[in-house]
Amino acid sequence: MDHPIPTDTLRWIVFLPLIGAIINGLLGAIIQKKMGKGAISFIACTPVVIAFGISVSVFFQLKGLNPEQRFLIDNLYSWITLGSLKVDMAFLADPLSTVMILVVTGIGGLIHIYAIGYMHDDKAFWRFFAYLNLFTAAMLTLVLGDSLLLMFVGWEGVGLCSYALIGFWYQDHNNARAGNKAFIVNRVGDFGFVLGMFLLFWSLDAQGHGTLTFREIAKWASTLQGQMIWGVPVVTLATLFLFVGATGKSAQIPLHVWLPDAMAGPTPVSALIHAATMVTAGVYMIARLGFLFAMSPATLHVVAVIAAATALFAATIAVTQNDIKKVLAYSTVSQLGYMFVAMGVGAYAQGVFHLVTHAFFKACLFLGAGSVIHAMGGEQDMTKMGGLRKHMPRTFITYLLATLAIMGFPGTAGFFSKDGILEEAYGRGGTGLWLAGLCGAGLTAFYMWRQVFMTFFGESRADEHTKHHLHESPGVMTWPLVVLAVGAFPVGMFGLPAFLGHHLFVEWLEPVFGHGHGEAAHLSHETAVLLTVISVVVALAGFGLAYLMYYRKTLAPERFSALAGGLFYRLSYNKYYIDEIYQAIFVNGTLLLARIGSLFDQYVIDGIVDGSASLTRFISWLNGLFDNYIIDGIVNAVANITFWIGNRFRRLQTGNINSYLYGILIAVVVAIIVKLRYWS
Amino acid sequence: MPGFSPNELSSYLIISAILFALGLFTVLTRRNAISVLMGVELILNSANINYVAFSHFASGNADGQIYAIFVIMLAAAEAAVGLAIVLAIFQIFHTIDVEAVETLRE
Repeated sequence: MDHPIPTDTLRWIVFLPLIGAIINGLLGAIIQKKMGKGAISFIACTPVVIAFGISVSVFFQLKGLNPEQRFLIDNLYSWITLGSLKVDMAFLADPLSTVMILVVTGIGGLIHIYAIGYMHDDKAFWRFFAYLNLFTAAMLTLVLGDSLLLMFVGWEGVGLCSYALIGFWYQDHNNARAGNKAFIVNRVGDFGFVLGMFLLFWSLDAQGHGTLTFREIAKWASTLQGQMIWGVPVVTLATLFLFVGATGKSAQIPLHVWLPDAMAGPTPVSALIHAATMVTAGVYMIARLGFLFAMSPATLHVVAVIAAATALFAATIAVTQNDIKKVLAYSTVSQLGYMFVAMGVGAYAQGVFHLVTHAFFKACLFLGAGSVIHAMGGEQDMTKMGGLRKHMPRTFITYLLATLAIMGFPGTAGFFSKDGILEEAYGRGGTGLWLAGLCGAGLTAFYMWRQVFMTFFGESRADEHTKHHLHESPGVMTWPLVVLAVGAFPVGMFGLPAFLGHHLFVEWLEPVFGHGHGEAAHLSHETAVLLTVISVVVALAGFGLAYLMYYRKTLAPERFSALAGGLFYRLSYNKYYIDEIYQAIFVNGTLLLARIGSLFDQYVIDGIVDGSASLTRFISWLNGLFDNYIIDGIVNAVANITFWIGNRFRRLQTGNINSYLYGILIAVVVAIIVKLRYWS
Repeated sequence: MPGFSPNELSSYLIISAILFALGLFTVLTRRNAISVLMGVELILNSANINYVAFSHFASGNADGQIYAIFVIMLAAAEAAVGLAIVLAIFQIFHTIDVEAVETLRE
């Protein structure tokens, strides 16, 4: 770890999609007009596919090294040198980030290809792919960034692209609003991230090791032990702030509200950003800083509790939603909760493993839902679907496989990863966490099968026109589905539970998390098997319930929705009124604050300004009076006196020559007399 | 009147003073512009007498007499200008009464 191997391939993983984004973003409109949509999709997809190729080669390069040496760094240049703050523009590839770039470029690439079909009729085809590539580049920056700051650049970049893509069809005001909501809610989280980053740098700097590079932080983290700020350990505070950032990006309570609304974006976006990659950024960040979180049991406890609550809470909402994408959105929130549970109990490797498998099957589900929506002519309401099994077999089969995976059917990827988390939750966190996870798992099975039955089975409830147009999606859309659904199986095999064999995935991540963190909980064989059996039984129970209610229809859903006077149903259906509560408290609160501010402005500030203006005017008025009466008075008086004197004297000038001559005569006589009398 | 003889300076001065007084009286009292001009002539000539008398009895050279000739010439010019002005005044005011012509007033 201390001697990373320099390389210069990593930069291209980030730069290639960026180049694609720049070309399509700047020239896309022209290219699309001159050369057609094919050229656009070629420019957009090729870089991602090549980046995937590079990622694979990086993976094999790492694999060929000793586990202790698996650390590549691509240092481009020194980015910031400011006092003790030194940040390099550097990308790092260790086992953890390699897993992430494989997911981002691999699944991202498939979604790019899928989007060619899905977005084919859109006029702003080029804009979509420019955003998508930009997002990929930002996500890869986030993942490969060698320092917290560079990670933050990616963090903000994905937030921006997420905003742009949620509001992609901005002509509809609701979509633009959803984009705003996502952006603003994320901003709250980002604020936490920034605070955490500052606090970390500041307290490390106080020890003389100011740095933001992960490697350096890891090296000096121990110096933070025992440091306090306001009576709280610095590590706890910093990790809590960072966790706030993670709740924003990864849609955990209480900042989960933006993700369901984010479904306003095109479906490939939901699959790529709001299921497979961006929302897992929080999980990745905690995994990356796992050593730091491990130093603060308090933070881990908070993480675990919030995560378990999210996992259960989101699942209860998902069971009553009718919008096919909303169900998947809440499912995503819930599954992210599982990942955070793993983080919270310190089972980082398990969490990241679930992240990977979830990326596969959730992307598959979203793309499948997209395929369904495509076939239904934009309809997203499941109550108007049904019977699609016959019309779109390929979508149906892949959807089924992904559903099996997410419910944790034995042998599927979801089984291994989710079960691993539940085991860890039981072994390290306690029964409470495990129970919450278990209930969530049962609900997951229920709502996913409810969705499958409502969408693909039974009689079609669509209108005649839609029915007539039902068709399987083109190959460019279905093949990615097949790859994702089938590809999930071998991925799952990397994470065989301890009692079945080697957990390859945990082993692979060991150099990053170390033995202490990556180690599985010490459960006896029997307990582990028992836990697995219980979770499978619960999942099957969820399936059974859905089967009875939505396939056989022997059990009317109304019997449950009417429980307690429909209270639970209404709570769940209306998402616990959280949006309304936020609206009432934060949005209206902000508006109220703004109104108070406006009143303050209007009366106090304006009053002061107007008052000072009036005062000035009054003083000017006084001044004017002084001028008018005193100054002008003096001047006028002088003038008047002069005038008066002149008036008196003008009589002298009669114009009569005789009188002048008399005057002269008298004057001469007087002069002579005076002369004779006084000067002689 | 003792001392009043052609060989005494004072006799000339007395004549001159009487002439000056008459001229002044004319200038001050007459309203006719022509009469005023005539008064002015008298005053000038009284001054001439003084020049000549002082030249003869006091200085011993001819300076004063030359001055007197200059004054006569000047009086002629003055009379010409004065009469021209009177003519112009008559054309405008149709009178040569100096008290009626008061436009220089105020």
